[in-house]
Amino acid sequence: MPNPFYDRDIVSIKDFTKSDLEYVFSATDRIRAMKPSQRGELGKGRTLGYIFYEPSTRTRMSFEAAIASLGGSSIGISELKSSSVEKGESLADTIRVIDLYSDVIVLRHPMDGSSRFAAELSENPIINAGSGSEEHPTQALLDLYTILKEKGRIDGLSIAIVGDLKYGRTVYSLLYGLANYKVDIHLVSPPSLAVRKESIYDVQGRLKITEHNELDGVLQKADVLYVTRIQRERFPDLQEYEKVRGSYTIDNATLQKAKKDVSVMHPLPRLDEISHSVDATKNAVYFRQAANGKELRAALLALMLNESPAL
Amino acid sequence: MSEASQLLVRRIKDGTVIDHIEAGKALFVLRALAITGREGTVITVALNVPSSKHGKKDIIKVENRYLETSETNKLALIAPRATINIIKDYKLVEKRKIQLPDSIAGIFKCPNLKCITNSGEDIKSVIDVIDKEKMVLKCRYCARAISVDELVF
Ligand SMILES: Nc1ncnc2c1ncn2[C@@H]1O[C@H](COP(=O)(O)OP(=O)(O)O)[C@@H](O)[C@H]1O
Ligand SMILES: [Mg+2]
Ligand SMILES: [Zn+2]
Repeated sequence: MPNPFYDRDIVSIKDFTKSDLEYVFSATDRIRAMKPSQRGELGKGRTLGYIFYEPSTRTRMSFEAAIASLGGSSIGISELKSSSVEKGESLADTIRVIDLYSDVIVLRHPMDGSSRFAAELSENPIINAGSGSEEHPTQALLDLYTILKEKGRIDGLSIAIVGDLKYGRTVYSLLYGLANYKVDIHLVSPPSLAVRKESIYDVQGRLKITEHNELDGVLQKADVLYVTRIQRERFPDLQEYEKVRGSYTIDNATLQKAKKDVSVMHPLPRLDEISHSVDATKNAVYFRQAANGKELRAALLALMLNESPAL
Repeated sequence: MSEASQLLVRRIKDGTVIDHIEAGKALFVLRALAITGREGTVITVALNVPSSKHGKKDIIKVENRYLETSETNKLALIAPRATINIIKDYKLVEKRKIQLPDSIAGIFKCPNLKCITNSGEDIKSVIDVIDKEKMVLKCRYCARAISVDELVF
């Protein structure tokens, strides 16, 4: 199979087939097994340019770590105050200029659809690192890869996604990715933060979804608990926020009611939706998930930058 | 044609008559077709004309211009019942119904205020028709499904 990622934009996970996903997963396995010296040849002399219009820790650092591990370098802006964006430069002009200096561009922007727009303007491929509440496709790739590594399979699993399902962009990319597999999906959120039906219209026929307001009912079933952060700003009423937050917190008492081998995942950053006491359990997968982020992004970059990478 | 509309719709020699436009939609139709009047040709617009079929209708006549199917199909979401009549030398040479196109660029605003097409960037909206039966649309940028009555003109 020819490399499906070479010179391709990563705007939406919907742009990729199941075999494309499997292609990058097996490339990730191979790149993890490579010697640093071999790996350091894959991106030699190549530059990753990034611009983050919203804060990021993991995503930006993992991309920087990933390109560095391939022998390439990164340049970019994550502090908008020090850039011309502050002077009112358009996204279009900003992308055109970064395009001149980079071989691949990583963009995070608060508007939905921003990456598709950037991809139309840029000669070099764009990686969407978060577009409003629309998508965060590389997060979903690493999430699927993590599930595969933790469980040995994706088909046949029961996956609960918990928290802010309305605004959480990682949730949408994950759902689009899961549409390629036979899984039972349980969506757990307060009614006001339920998934946006208009954003799953074209995949809902391929997804088996059950919606819940309470976590309790899904704990016995779930093989994976994918927890996302609920932001206080989403609630007009502080009391309501406190109530919801409390009822979705994952702690050791929650784990008692769950499957013994449940994998607790989180795109991070976490606040207190997963108690720190969970960190020491074998159910805590979120740090391995973050580690996979660097490896998967390295594999993805190697595939995007080279038609036939030696991996 | 009834007598009243005959009076309003003076025959033209060459051009396009858009008939059976849903009453009150003619000005939207002009906008969708980017007809401003600055073209210099004679354009006649009749609003709320009595119609035997649908109570009232609007009519637009554009003289000396033959509107293409690709142009008039943009009207599918504004005036789906409209008929397009191409007139050459006073004769009706072609009569078309409007068909829903696969996508519509630059006419409607995406209803999602957080969509990049509603930002200050230089970008045209593109609305794809993803289900012609159920008339379900989707913004090509923010990827949200949109129903016809949510469209912002
Ligand atoms: N603007 C936003 N819209 C929706 N979700 C967001 C937004 N910003 C952050 N998130 C949430 O933050 C988490 C992912 O963090 P991410 O954006 O990848 O930052 P980091 O780079 O620090 O990991 C997810 O829970 C995601 O839903
Ligand atoms: Mg992240
Ligand atoms: Zn949109």
